[in-house]
Amino acid sequence: MEPSDHLFRREAGRMVATLTRVFGVHNLALAEDVVQDAFCRALEVWKFRGVPENPSAWLLATAKNRALDVLRRQRTAHTFAPELGRLLDSEWTLAPAVEELFAANAIKDDLLRMMFSCCQPRLAEEAQVALILNILCGFSANEIASAFVSSHAAIEKRITRAKKLLATSKRLFDVAVPAEFAARLPAVHRALYLLFNEGYHGASPESAVRAELCHEAMRLAALLLEHPLGAMPTTYALSALMCLNAARLPARVDASGKLTSLFDQDRSLWDRELKVEGIRLLELAATGCELTEYHLEAAIASVHARASRIENTDWASIVSLYDTLILVRPSPVVALNRAIAIAQRDGPERGLEAIDAIEDRDRLASYPFYPAALGELELRRGRHNIARKHFRAALALARNPMERRFLHQRVGACEGADPP
Amino acid sequence: MSEFTFLFRGSDPTAQSPEEMQKSMQKWLAWFKELGEKGHIKYPGHPLERTGKVVRGKQKNVHDGPYAEAKDIVNGFTLIEAKDLPHAVELSKGCPILEVGGSVEVRPIRILDM
Repeated sequence: MEPSDHLFRREAGRMVATLTRVFGVHNLALAEDVVQDAFCRALEVWKFRGVPENPSAWLLATAKNRALDVLRRQRTAHTFAPELGRLLDSEWTLAPAVEELFAANAIKDDLLRMMFSCCQPRLAEEAQVALILNILCGFSANEIASAFVSSHAAIEKRITRAKKLLATSKRLFDVAVPAEFAARLPAVHRALYLLFNEGYHGASPESAVRAELCHEAMRLAALLLEHPLGAMPTTYALSALMCLNAARLPARVDASGKLTSLFDQDRSLWDRELKVEGIRLLELAATGCELTEYHLEAAIASVHARASRIENTDWASIVSLYDTLILVRPSPVVALNRAIAIAQRDGPERGLEAIDAIEDRDRLASYPFYPAALGELELRRGRHNIARKHFRAALALARNPMERRFLHQRVGACEGADPP
Repeated sequence: MSEFTFLFRGSDPTAQSPEEMQKSMQKWLAWFKELGEKGHIKYPGHPLERTGKVVRGKQKNVHDGPYAEAKDIVNGFTLIEAKDLPHAVELSKGCPILEVGGSVEVRPIRILDM
Protein backbone atom coordinates (compact mmCIF):
# COMPACT_ATOMS: atom_id res chain seq x y z
CA MET A 1 0.00 0.00 0.00
CA GLU A 2 0.98 3.62 -0.40
CA PRO A 3 1.65 5.66 2.73
CA SER A 4 -0.63 8.69 3.01
CA ASP A 5 0.77 12.12 2.24
CA HIS A 6 2.89 13.62 5.01
CA LEU A 7 2.51 10.45 7.09
CA PHE A 8 6.01 10.76 8.57
CA ARG A 9 5.66 14.44 9.30
CA ARG A 10 2.32 13.98 11.05
CA GLU A 11 3.46 10.93 12.99
CA ALA A 12 6.59 12.80 14.07
CA GLY A 13 4.44 15.22 16.06
CA ARG A 14 2.44 12.47 17.72
CA MET A 15 5.47 10.42 18.60
CA VAL A 16 7.55 13.32 19.94
CA ALA A 17 4.61 14.48 22.05
CA THR A 18 4.14 11.04 23.57
CA LEU A 19 7.83 10.29 24.02
CA THR A 20 8.30 13.64 25.73
CA ARG A 21 5.66 12.58 28.21
CA VAL A 22 7.55 9.35 28.82
CA PHE A 23 11.02 10.86 29.06
CA GLY A 24 10.09 14.22 30.57
CA VAL A 25 10.17 17.58 28.79
CA HIS A 26 13.83 18.11 29.74
CA ASN A 27 14.62 15.12 27.50
CA LEU A 28 12.95 16.57 24.41
CA ALA A 29 16.10 16.00 22.35
CA LEU A 30 16.15 12.34 23.35
CA ALA A 31 12.52 11.99 22.27
CA GLU A 32 13.41 13.51 18.91
CA ASP A 33 16.30 11.07 18.52
CA VAL A 34 14.00 8.12 19.15
CA VAL A 35 11.56 9.40 16.53
CA GLN A 36 14.33 9.87 13.99
CA ASP A 37 15.42 6.34 14.78
CA ALA A 38 11.94 4.97 14.17
CA PHE A 39 11.87 6.67 10.76
CA CYS A 40 15.27 5.21 9.85
CA ARG A 41 13.95 1.77 10.82
CA ALA A 42 10.83 2.27 8.73
CA LEU A 43 12.88 3.43 5.78
CA GLU A 44 15.10 0.34 5.97
CA VAL A 45 12.36 -2.20 6.44
CA TRP A 46 9.61 -0.72 4.29
CA LYS A 47 11.75 -0.23 1.27
CA PHE A 48 12.41 -3.96 1.18
CA ARG A 49 9.06 -5.23 2.40
CA GLY A 50 6.61 -2.54 1.41
CA VAL A 51 4.48 -0.39 3.69
CA PRO A 52 2.76 -2.35 6.46
CA GLU A 53 -1.01 -2.59 6.78
CA ASN A 54 -1.14 0.07 9.48
CA PRO A 55 1.94 2.26 9.07
CA SER A 56 1.08 4.60 11.97
CA ALA A 57 0.80 1.67 14.37
CA TRP A 58 4.05 0.24 13.05
CA LEU A 59 5.91 3.50 13.65
CA LEU A 60 4.39 3.92 17.07
CA ALA A 61 5.25 0.36 18.12
CA THR A 62 8.82 0.87 16.92
CA ALA A 63 9.12 4.10 18.86
CA LYS A 64 7.63 2.45 21.92
CA ASN A 65 10.11 -0.45 21.83
CA ARG A 66 12.98 1.92 21.35
CA ALA A 67 11.70 4.00 24.27
CA LEU A 68 11.61 0.92 26.48
CA ASP A 69 15.22 0.14 25.47
CA VAL A 70 16.30 3.65 26.36
CA LEU A 71 14.45 3.55 29.68
CA ARG A 72 16.04 0.25 30.63
CA ARG A 73 19.55 1.12 29.61
CA GLN A 74 19.69 4.71 30.76
CA ARG A 75 17.60 4.51 33.89
CA THR A 76 20.52 5.42 36.08
CA ALA A 77 22.08 8.01 33.77
CA HIS A 78 18.92 10.02 33.15
CA THR A 79 16.03 11.16 35.23
CA PHE A 80 12.85 10.72 33.27
CA ALA A 81 9.37 12.16 33.57
CA PRO A 82 8.80 13.14 37.19
CA GLU A 83 5.08 12.42 36.99
CA LEU A 84 5.80 8.80 36.15
CA GLY A 85 8.35 8.55 38.90
CA ARG A 86 8.66 5.13 40.42
CA LEU A 87 6.62 3.38 37.74
CA LEU A 88 9.66 3.48 35.47
CA ASP A 89 11.94 2.14 38.20
CA SER A 90 10.80 -1.44 38.18
CA GLU A 91 10.65 -3.80 35.23
CA TRP A 92 7.25 -4.97 36.53
CA THR A 93 5.65 -1.59 36.15
CA LEU A 94 7.80 -0.16 33.34
CA ALA A 95 6.28 -1.95 30.36
CA PRO A 96 2.61 -1.55 31.40
CA ALA A 97 3.21 2.13 32.22
CA VAL A 98 4.75 2.80 28.81
CA GLU A 99 2.05 0.74 27.12
CA GLU A 100 -0.58 2.93 28.71
CA LEU A 101 1.18 6.11 27.65
CA PHE A 102 1.08 4.93 24.05
CA ALA A 103 -2.65 4.19 24.07
CA ALA A 104 -4.64 6.07 21.44
CA ASN A 105 -6.52 8.34 23.86
CA ALA A 106 -3.39 9.28 25.70
CA ILE A 107 -1.68 10.34 22.49
CA LYS A 108 -4.42 12.80 21.59
CA ASP A 109 -3.92 14.54 24.93
CA ASP A 110 -0.17 14.45 24.45
CA LEU A 111 -0.53 16.54 21.31
CA LEU A 112 -2.60 19.09 23.20
CA ARG A 113 -0.19 19.05 26.12
CA MET A 114 2.66 19.80 23.74
CA MET A 115 0.64 22.46 21.91
CA PHE A 116 -0.09 24.27 25.17
CA SER A 117 3.50 23.83 26.34
CA CYS A 118 4.75 25.46 23.13
CA CYS A 119 2.53 28.49 23.77
CA GLN A 120 4.05 29.43 27.07
CA PRO A 121 4.16 33.15 27.81
CA ARG A 122 7.95 33.29 28.17
CA LEU A 123 8.22 32.61 24.45
CA ALA A 124 7.62 35.29 21.84
CA GLU A 125 4.70 34.57 19.52
CA GLU A 126 6.85 33.86 16.49
CA ALA A 127 8.91 31.42 18.58
CA GLN A 128 5.71 29.66 19.64
CA VAL A 129 4.66 29.28 16.02
CA ALA A 130 8.09 27.98 14.99
CA LEU A 131 8.05 25.46 17.84
CA ILE A 132 4.60 24.19 16.92
CA LEU A 133 5.66 23.76 13.32
CA ASN A 134 8.86 22.00 14.29
CA ILE A 135 7.67 19.74 17.10
CA LEU A 136 3.99 19.12 16.36
CA CYS A 137 3.95 19.37 12.58
CA GLY A 138 7.35 17.75 11.96
CA PHE A 139 8.77 20.52 9.74
CA SER A 140 12.55 20.89 9.80
CA ALA A 141 14.15 24.29 10.37
CA ASN A 142 14.97 24.31 6.68
CA GLU A 143 11.40 23.70 5.65
CA ILE A 144 10.10 26.37 8.03
CA ALA A 145 12.69 28.83 6.76
CA SER A 146 11.64 28.26 3.17
CA ALA A 147 7.94 28.56 4.02
CA PHE A 148 8.56 31.83 5.86
CA VAL A 149 11.08 33.01 3.25
CA SER A 150 13.50 33.51 6.10
CA SER A 151 17.10 32.40 6.58
CA HIS A 152 17.80 28.91 7.82
CA ALA A 153 20.15 30.28 10.49
CA ALA A 154 17.50 32.64 11.90
CA ILE A 155 14.85 29.93 12.17
CA GLU A 156 17.32 27.39 13.53
CA LYS A 157 18.34 29.85 16.23
CA ARG A 158 14.74 30.64 17.08
CA ILE A 159 13.87 26.95 17.44
CA THR A 160 16.98 26.04 19.41
CA ARG A 161 16.40 28.86 21.89
CA ALA A 162 12.74 28.05 22.27
CA LYS A 163 13.49 24.37 22.84
CA LYS A 164 16.05 25.22 25.47
CA LEU A 165 13.46 27.27 27.28
CA LEU A 166 10.86 24.54 26.90
CA ALA A 167 13.29 21.95 28.26
CA THR A 168 13.87 24.00 31.40
CA SER A 169 10.18 23.98 32.28
CA LYS A 170 9.75 21.30 34.88
CA ARG A 171 6.92 19.48 33.21
CA LEU A 172 4.59 19.61 30.27
CA PHE A 173 1.49 21.74 30.53
CA ASP A 174 -1.28 19.92 32.38
CA VAL A 175 -4.39 19.98 30.18
CA ALA A 176 -6.54 18.42 32.90
CA VAL A 177 -6.76 21.54 35.06
CA PRO A 178 -9.68 23.64 33.74
CA ALA A 179 -8.49 26.97 35.13
CA GLU A 180 -5.00 26.62 33.66
CA PHE A 181 -6.39 25.35 30.39
CA ALA A 182 -8.68 28.36 30.08
CA ALA A 183 -5.88 30.76 30.99
CA ARG A 184 -3.53 29.41 28.31
CA LEU A 185 -6.17 28.90 25.62
CA PRO A 186 -6.04 32.47 24.19
CA ALA A 187 -2.29 32.14 23.58
CA VAL A 188 -2.90 28.84 21.77
CA HIS A 189 -5.64 30.45 19.66
CA ARG A 190 -3.32 33.27 18.79
CA ALA A 191 -0.46 30.96 17.77
CA LEU A 192 -2.76 28.88 15.55
CA TYR A 193 -4.17 32.07 14.05
CA LEU A 194 -0.66 33.31 13.23
CA LEU A 195 0.26 29.91 11.82
CA PHE A 196 -2.78 30.00 9.58
CA ASN A 197 -2.06 33.55 8.45
CA GLU A 198 1.51 32.63 7.61
CA GLY A 199 -0.01 30.25 5.09
CA TYR A 200 -2.78 32.57 3.97
CA HIS A 201 -1.01 35.93 3.77
CA GLY A 202 2.54 34.67 4.06
CA ALA A 203 5.50 35.05 1.81
CA SER A 204 6.00 31.64 0.28
CA PRO A 205 5.45 31.74 -3.47
CA GLU A 206 4.61 28.02 -3.46
CA SER A 207 0.89 27.56 -3.16
CA ALA A 208 1.37 23.98 -1.93
CA VAL A 209 3.50 25.18 0.99
CA ARG A 210 0.96 27.83 1.91
CA ALA A 211 -1.93 25.37 1.80
CA GLU A 212 0.09 23.02 4.01
CA LEU A 213 0.55 25.68 6.70
CA CYS A 214 -3.16 26.47 6.59
CA HIS A 215 -4.02 22.78 6.84
CA GLU A 216 -1.73 22.29 9.80
CA ALA A 217 -3.37 25.18 11.66
CA MET A 218 -6.80 23.72 10.87
CA ARG A 219 -5.76 20.25 11.97
CA LEU A 220 -4.52 21.55 15.32
CA ALA A 221 -7.63 23.66 15.80
CA ALA A 222 -9.76 20.58 15.12
CA LEU A 223 -7.79 18.79 17.82
CA LEU A 224 -8.67 21.58 20.24
CA LEU A 225 -12.34 21.19 19.35
CA GLU A 226 -12.20 17.51 20.26
CA HIS A 227 -11.23 18.32 23.83
CA PRO A 228 -14.13 19.25 26.15
CA LEU A 229 -12.20 22.20 27.57
CA GLY A 230 -11.05 23.28 24.11
CA ALA A 231 -14.47 23.25 22.43
CA MET A 232 -15.21 26.86 23.40
CA PRO A 233 -17.09 29.39 21.24
CA THR A 234 -13.80 31.15 20.50
CA THR A 235 -12.25 27.93 19.21
CA TYR A 236 -15.28 27.42 16.96
CA ALA A 237 -14.91 30.99 15.73
CA LEU A 238 -11.22 30.49 15.00
CA SER A 239 -11.93 27.24 13.15
CA ALA A 240 -14.73 28.92 11.19
CA LEU A 241 -12.42 31.75 10.21
CA MET A 242 -9.80 29.26 9.00
CA CYS A 243 -12.29 27.21 6.98
CA LEU A 244 -13.88 30.26 5.34
CA ASN A 245 -10.55 31.79 4.40
CA ALA A 246 -9.03 28.48 3.32
CA ALA A 247 -12.04 28.01 1.04
CA ARG A 248 -10.82 31.01 -0.97
CA LEU A 249 -7.21 29.87 -1.12
CA PRO A 250 -7.50 28.01 -4.48
CA ALA A 251 -8.70 31.23 -6.13
CA ARG A 252 -6.31 33.49 -4.22
CA VAL A 253 -2.98 32.00 -5.24
CA ASP A 254 -2.60 29.89 -8.35
CA ALA A 255 -0.06 27.12 -8.87
CA SER A 256 2.53 29.55 -10.20
CA GLY A 257 2.21 31.73 -7.09
CA LYS A 258 0.17 34.46 -8.78
CA LEU A 259 -1.89 36.43 -6.29
CA THR A 260 -5.45 37.48 -7.14
CA SER A 261 -7.31 39.99 -4.99
CA LEU A 262 -10.72 39.18 -3.55
CA PHE A 263 -12.27 41.52 -6.12
CA ASP A 264 -10.98 39.56 -9.11
CA GLN A 265 -11.11 35.99 -7.84
CA ASP A 266 -12.88 33.29 -9.82
CA ARG A 267 -15.39 32.35 -7.13
CA SER A 268 -16.21 29.05 -8.77
CA LEU A 269 -12.78 27.93 -7.53
CA TRP A 270 -13.76 28.47 -3.89
CA ASP A 271 -13.94 25.23 -1.96
CA ARG A 272 -17.62 24.57 -1.32
CA GLU A 273 -17.13 22.00 1.43
CA LEU A 274 -14.87 24.27 3.46
CA LYS A 275 -17.31 27.12 2.99
CA VAL A 276 -20.23 25.05 4.30
CA GLU A 277 -18.13 23.77 7.19
CA GLY A 278 -17.01 27.30 8.03
CA ILE A 279 -20.58 28.57 8.17
CA ARG A 280 -21.58 25.61 10.34
CA LEU A 281 -18.71 26.28 12.77
CA LEU A 282 -19.56 29.97 12.88
CA GLU A 283 -23.08 29.09 14.00
CA LEU A 284 -21.61 26.95 16.78
CA ALA A 285 -19.39 29.88 17.78
CA ALA A 286 -22.39 32.11 18.37
CA THR A 287 -22.91 31.19 22.01
CA GLY A 288 -21.63 32.63 25.27
CA CYS A 289 -20.97 36.29 25.86
CA GLU A 290 -17.51 36.72 24.44
CA LEU A 291 -17.11 38.43 21.09
CA THR A 292 -13.55 38.00 19.86
CA GLU A 293 -11.69 39.18 16.80
CA TYR A 294 -12.01 35.61 15.51
CA HIS A 295 -15.80 35.84 15.63
CA LEU A 296 -15.73 39.10 13.73
CA GLU A 297 -13.18 38.04 11.15
CA ALA A 298 -15.08 34.81 10.60
CA ALA A 299 -18.33 36.76 10.22
CA ILE A 300 -16.70 39.06 7.65
CA ALA A 301 -15.37 36.03 5.77
CA SER A 302 -18.83 34.46 5.84
CA VAL A 303 -20.37 37.54 4.21
CA HIS A 304 -17.84 37.20 1.40
CA ALA A 305 -18.48 33.47 1.21
CA ARG A 306 -22.20 34.04 0.74
CA ALA A 307 -21.71 36.40 -2.21
CA SER A 308 -21.58 34.45 -5.45
CA ARG A 309 -20.26 37.56 -7.23
CA ILE A 310 -18.35 40.54 -5.89
CA GLU A 311 -21.30 42.80 -6.88
CA ASN A 312 -23.58 40.84 -4.55
CA THR A 313 -21.44 41.46 -1.47
CA ASP A 314 -23.32 42.92 1.49
CA TRP A 315 -20.83 45.74 2.16
CA ALA A 316 -23.07 47.39 4.74
CA SER A 317 -22.78 44.32 6.96
CA ILE A 318 -19.05 44.15 6.39
CA VAL A 319 -18.57 47.81 7.37
CA SER A 320 -20.54 47.34 10.58
CA LEU A 321 -18.52 44.19 11.43
CA TYR A 322 -15.33 46.19 10.91
CA ASP A 323 -16.76 48.93 13.15
CA THR A 324 -16.95 46.36 15.94
CA LEU A 325 -13.65 44.67 15.09
CA ILE A 326 -11.83 47.97 15.45
CA LEU A 327 -13.18 48.27 18.99
CA VAL A 328 -12.26 44.67 19.90
CA ARG A 329 -8.84 44.72 18.32
CA PRO A 330 -7.79 48.19 17.21
CA SER A 331 -5.11 48.22 14.55
CA PRO A 332 -4.31 50.42 11.56
CA VAL A 333 -4.59 47.40 9.24
CA VAL A 334 -8.13 46.72 10.44
CA ALA A 335 -8.90 50.43 9.98
CA LEU A 336 -7.54 50.24 6.43
CA ASN A 337 -9.72 47.25 5.61
CA ARG A 338 -12.69 49.06 7.08
CA ALA A 339 -11.96 52.03 4.80
CA ILE A 340 -11.87 49.72 1.78
CA ALA A 341 -15.27 48.31 2.78
CA ILE A 342 -16.61 51.86 3.15
CA ALA A 343 -15.36 52.64 -0.34
CA GLN A 344 -17.28 49.64 -1.62
CA ARG A 345 -20.43 50.76 0.13
CA ASP A 346 -20.27 54.53 -0.45
CA GLY A 347 -17.78 55.06 -3.26
CA PRO A 348 -14.01 55.71 -3.47
CA GLU A 349 -14.20 59.31 -2.15
CA ARG A 350 -15.70 58.16 1.15
CA GLY A 351 -13.08 55.40 1.30
CA LEU A 352 -10.22 57.87 0.86
CA GLU A 353 -11.68 60.05 3.61
CA ALA A 354 -11.83 57.03 5.90
CA ILE A 355 -8.18 56.26 5.16
CA ASP A 356 -7.35 59.90 5.87
CA ALA A 357 -9.05 59.56 9.24
CA ILE A 358 -6.92 56.63 10.42
CA GLU A 359 -5.19 58.08 13.44
CA ASP A 360 -2.11 55.89 13.60
CA ARG A 361 -1.68 55.86 9.82
CA ASP A 362 2.08 56.34 10.20
CA ARG A 363 2.28 52.76 11.44
CA LEU A 364 1.29 51.67 7.95
CA ALA A 365 4.34 53.40 6.44
CA SER A 366 6.02 50.15 5.41
CA TYR A 367 2.86 48.18 4.65
CA PRO A 368 2.62 47.79 0.86
CA PHE A 369 -1.15 47.39 0.85
CA TYR A 370 -1.59 50.88 2.31
CA PRO A 371 -0.38 52.73 -0.80
CA ALA A 372 -1.93 49.93 -2.86
CA ALA A 373 -5.35 50.70 -1.32
CA LEU A 374 -4.88 54.40 -2.11
CA GLY A 375 -3.97 53.38 -5.64
CA GLU A 376 -7.08 51.23 -6.07
CA LEU A 377 -9.39 53.99 -4.88
CA GLU A 378 -7.72 56.67 -7.01
CA LEU A 379 -7.89 54.32 -9.98
CA ARG A 380 -11.58 53.89 -9.39
CA ARG A 381 -11.98 57.67 -9.43
CA GLY A 382 -10.22 57.62 -12.79
CA ARG A 383 -7.11 59.41 -11.53
CA HIS A 384 -4.62 57.11 -13.25
CA ASN A 385 -1.47 59.17 -12.70
CA ILE A 386 -1.96 59.47 -8.97
CA ALA A 387 -2.96 55.81 -8.76
CA ARG A 388 0.19 54.80 -10.61
CA LYS A 389 2.30 56.80 -8.18
CA HIS A 390 0.69 55.00 -5.25
CA PHE A 391 1.14 51.58 -6.82
CA ARG A 392 4.80 52.37 -7.52
CA ALA A 393 5.24 53.30 -3.87
CA ALA A 394 3.57 50.02 -2.92
CA LEU A 395 5.82 48.10 -5.30
CA ALA A 396 8.87 49.59 -3.58
CA LEU A 397 7.57 48.23 -0.27
CA ALA A 398 6.77 44.72 -1.57
CA ARG A 399 8.10 42.10 0.82
CA ASN A 400 8.36 39.12 -1.53
CA PRO A 401 8.28 38.20 -5.22
CA MET A 402 4.59 37.36 -5.08
CA GLU A 403 3.60 40.81 -3.81
CA ARG A 404 6.02 42.37 -6.28
CA ARG A 405 4.39 40.55 -9.15
CA PHE A 406 0.91 41.49 -7.99
CA LEU A 407 1.73 45.17 -7.49
CA HIS A 408 3.63 45.33 -10.74
CA GLN A 409 0.49 44.20 -12.48
CA ARG A 410 -1.51 46.92 -10.63
CA VAL A 411 0.94 49.58 -11.85
CA GLY A 412 0.26 48.27 -15.33
CA ALA A 413 -3.49 48.67 -14.82
CA CYS A 414 -3.12 52.47 -14.61
CA GLU A 415 -2.81 52.87 -18.36
CA GLY A 416 -5.71 55.16 -19.07
CA ALA A 417 -5.64 58.93 -19.24
CA ASP A 418 -6.74 61.13 -16.36
CA PRO A 419 -9.96 63.08 -16.66
CA PRO A 420 -9.35 66.74 -17.44
CA MET B 1 17.48 -15.38 -17.47
CA SER B 2 20.39 -15.02 -15.05
CA GLU B 3 20.50 -14.04 -11.41
CA PHE B 4 22.30 -11.13 -9.83
CA THR B 5 22.66 -9.56 -6.44
CA PHE B 6 22.39 -5.86 -5.95
CA LEU B 7 24.51 -4.79 -3.00
CA PHE B 8 23.48 -1.38 -1.71
CA ARG B 9 26.14 0.81 -0.19
CA GLY B 10 26.14 4.19 1.48
CA SER B 11 23.46 6.84 1.99
CA ASP B 12 23.10 8.34 5.40
CA PRO B 13 19.56 9.52 5.97
CA THR B 14 20.00 10.83 9.51
CA ALA B 15 20.07 14.53 8.67
CA GLN B 16 16.77 14.39 6.77
CA SER B 17 13.43 15.79 7.82
CA PRO B 18 10.45 13.43 8.18
CA GLU B 19 9.05 14.68 4.87
CA GLU B 20 12.34 14.07 3.07
CA MET B 21 12.63 10.60 4.58
CA GLN B 22 9.14 9.73 3.44
CA LYS B 23 9.90 10.98 -0.06
CA SER B 24 13.06 8.92 -0.19
CA MET B 25 11.14 5.85 0.99
CA GLN B 26 8.48 6.40 -1.63
CA LYS B 27 11.14 6.48 -4.33
CA TRP B 28 12.37 3.09 -3.17
CA LEU B 29 8.85 1.72 -3.11
CA ALA B 30 8.24 2.95 -6.64
CA TRP B 31 11.50 1.46 -7.89
CA PHE B 32 10.84 -1.91 -6.22
CA LYS B 33 7.28 -1.92 -7.49
CA GLU B 34 8.41 -1.39 -11.06
CA LEU B 35 11.07 -4.11 -10.82
CA GLY B 36 8.52 -6.47 -9.26
CA GLU B 37 5.86 -5.83 -11.88
CA LYS B 38 8.33 -6.63 -14.64
CA GLY B 39 9.27 -9.86 -12.90
CA HIS B 40 12.85 -8.92 -12.05
CA ILE B 41 12.73 -9.53 -8.32
CA LYS B 42 13.84 -13.04 -7.45
CA TYR B 43 13.94 -12.25 -3.73
CA PRO B 44 13.42 -8.80 -2.24
CA GLY B 45 16.32 -9.27 0.16
CA HIS B 46 17.02 -7.60 3.46
CA PRO B 47 18.47 -4.51 5.00
CA LEU B 48 21.60 -5.16 7.06
CA GLU B 49 22.36 -3.67 10.47
CA ARG B 50 25.02 -1.01 10.31
CA THR B 51 27.50 -2.92 12.48
CA GLY B 52 28.14 -6.46 13.66
CA LYS B 53 31.29 -8.48 14.18
CA VAL B 54 34.19 -9.33 11.92
CA VAL B 55 36.01 -12.61 12.54
CA ARG B 56 39.52 -12.69 11.13
CA GLY B 57 42.51 -14.99 10.75
CA LYS B 58 43.58 -18.37 12.06
CA GLN B 59 43.31 -16.97 15.54
CA LYS B 60 39.63 -16.37 14.80
CA ASN B 61 39.90 -12.92 16.32
CA VAL B 62 36.55 -11.28 16.74
CA HIS B 63 36.38 -7.56 16.05
CA ASP B 64 33.61 -5.03 16.18
CA GLY B 65 32.84 -3.81 12.74
CA PRO B 66 32.89 -3.40 9.91
CA TYR B 67 34.66 -0.09 10.40
CA ALA B 68 34.57 1.54 7.05
CA GLU B 69 33.39 4.83 5.68
CA ALA B 70 29.60 5.08 5.56
CA LYS B 71 29.68 5.10 1.79
CA ASP B 72 31.51 1.73 1.69
CA ILE B 73 29.30 -0.22 4.05
CA VAL B 74 26.83 -2.67 2.53
CA ASN B 75 23.45 -1.93 4.06
CA GLY B 76 21.19 -4.25 2.11
CA PHE B 77 20.85 -6.66 -0.78
CA THR B 78 18.29 -7.86 -3.29
CA LEU B 79 18.28 -10.80 -5.71
CA ILE B 80 17.43 -9.81 -9.27
CA GLU B 81 16.62 -11.71 -12.43
CA ALA B 82 17.85 -10.17 -15.65
CA LYS B 83 18.81 -11.19 -19.18
CA ASP B 84 22.51 -10.55 -18.72
CA LEU B 85 24.92 -8.29 -16.85
CA PRO B 86 24.32 -5.20 -19.01
CA HIS B 87 20.58 -5.64 -18.48
CA ALA B 88 21.03 -5.95 -14.69
CA VAL B 89 23.22 -2.85 -14.70
CA GLU B 90 20.54 -0.98 -16.60
CA LEU B 91 17.97 -2.03 -13.98
CA SER B 92 20.21 -0.87 -11.14
CA LYS B 93 20.32 2.65 -12.55
CA GLY B 94 16.82 3.32 -11.21
CA CYS B 95 17.94 2.82 -7.60
CA PRO B 96 17.22 5.93 -5.49
CA ILE B 97 20.39 5.36 -3.45
CA LEU B 98 22.34 6.76 -6.40
CA GLU B 99 20.69 10.15 -5.88
CA VAL B 100 22.04 10.46 -2.33
CA GLY B 101 25.65 9.53 -2.94
CA GLY B 102 25.31 5.77 -2.51
CA SER B 103 26.21 2.98 -4.92
CA VAL B 104 24.82 -0.30 -6.22
CA GLU B 105 27.20 -3.17 -6.82
CA VAL B 106 25.83 -5.59 -9.43
CA ARG B 107 27.26 -9.11 -9.11
CA PRO B 108 26.25 -12.09 -11.20
CA ILE B 109 25.40 -15.11 -9.09
CA ARG B 110 27.14 -18.21 -10.29
CA ILE B 111 24.64 -21.01 -10.52
CA LEU B 112 26.23 -24.25 -9.39
CA ASP B 113 25.28 -27.44 -11.21
CA MET B 114 26.00 -30.22 -8.79
